[in-house]
Amino acid sequence: MIFLTIGSHEPFERLIKAVDEWCAQNGATPEVFGQITDQGIADHPPQHFEAVGKMSPREYDQKFSQADLIVSHAGMGSILTALSKGKPIVVMPRRGHLRETRNDHQYTTAKHLGDRPGVFVAEDETQLADVLDRTLATLEQCRNAPVSQVAQPQFTAALRSYLLTNTFARDGVSRGQNGEESFEI
Amino acid sequence: MSKTPHVMAISSAGGHWVQLMRLRPAWSGMRVTYVTTDPGSEEVLRQDATEAGEAAPGFATVAEANRWQKLRLIKQLSQITFLLLRYRPDVVVSTGAAPGYFALRIGRLLGARTIWIDSMANAEELSLSGQKIGKHVDLWLTQWEHLARPEGPFYLGAVL
Repeated sequence: MIFLTIGSHEPFERLIKAVDEWCAQNGATPEVFGQITDQGIADHPPQHFEAVGKMSPREYDQKFSQADLIVSHAGMGSILTALSKGKPIVVMPRRGHLRETRNDHQYTTAKHLGDRPGVFVAEDETQLADVLDRTLATLEQCRNAPVSQVAQPQFTAALRSYLLTNTFARDGVSRGQNGEESFEI
Repeated sequence: MSKTPHVMAISSAGGHWVQLMRLRPAWSGMRVTYVTTDPGSEEVLRQDATEAGEAAPGFATVAEANRWQKLRLIKQLSQITFLLLRYRPDVVVSTGAAPGYFALRIGRLLGARTIWIDSMANAEELSLSGQKIGKHVDLWLTQWEHLARPEGPFYLGAVL
C-alpha cells in the first residue's frame, strides 16, 4: 500500500492529480490511500484511489506503519516520520511561486534532505510517475533501518543542561542568560 | 537552579510537533505541559507515557490559525495567555510556528526563560517567526549549522 499524505493545512492539487493519473495508468496495484485535506476532497476528489481529508494522529500513525511506500509533500513531519519508521518516501516540494506555501522552504528541504537513504525527490509533477516507478522497482533495496526516534543525543543533552543550569555549552564556551561568556574548565 | 523547572513545550500540529516530540529526552523526568493545536495528540502522549511507566504529562490545545486568519490568531493568542497565567511554567520551549511565537513573547513577559528552536524545514533561511523572535528569547537556535551566527541564532544540533 502507498500512503499519500500532504500535511493537514493546505491542499496540494498538483501532487494529488499526478498520483491520480499515475493510478489511472497503473490500475489498482499497488493500492493508494490518500490524506489530502478536506478542501482537497471538496475541490478535486481523486478518481482512482481512496482518500480522506484528515486523520487523527493515531490513524495517521497506523496508516504510516502499514504502508510500503510514502508519497508526500516535502514537509518535515512526513520526512521525519518516514525515516523513523524506516519507510521509503517520495517527496514533491510545494513551491512558493505557485503559492502552495509562503516561500520555497519545501524546495530547500528536498534539496538538503533528498540525499538521505530512503528519500526520493520528484521536483515536480512531470517527474513524479518516473520517480514512483523507479522507487517501486527497487523497493526491497530502499528499505532502511529506522533512524532514531529522538533528536541527536548531543542536542537534547545541551538543551537539558540549559533547562537545568541556565547555561549551554557551545564549542567549549558556555553562555549565561545575558550572553556573557565563560570558559568551561 | 535549585529546583527542576516546569517546562511548557508548545508548537502547532504537524511537522513542528513531530520535531518537538523528538526533543523529549531534553525534559524527560521534568514536569512538562504540552500545548498544540490537535486534540488527538493527547491520546498518543498518554499512550507513550503508559508504555514508559510514567505519569501522563500536562496537555492543552489552542485554536489552529494561519497568518491570514486574524480572528483565529486573536483567539489563539488569548488561549495561550490564559494557559501561561494558569500554569506559570519556568521555561517555554517551541519549535514553531504562531503558537510558539506567541507563547515565547508572553512567557518572557511573565518571567519564564524562553527557547526558540527554528524548524529543520528552514534550511536556507530562518522562518519569519524565527527571524522576528531572535531578540526576544533567551536561547535562539537554528538546526542548520550554516545558518548559525556569532550573535545568534546558535546551533546545538538537530532533531535528525
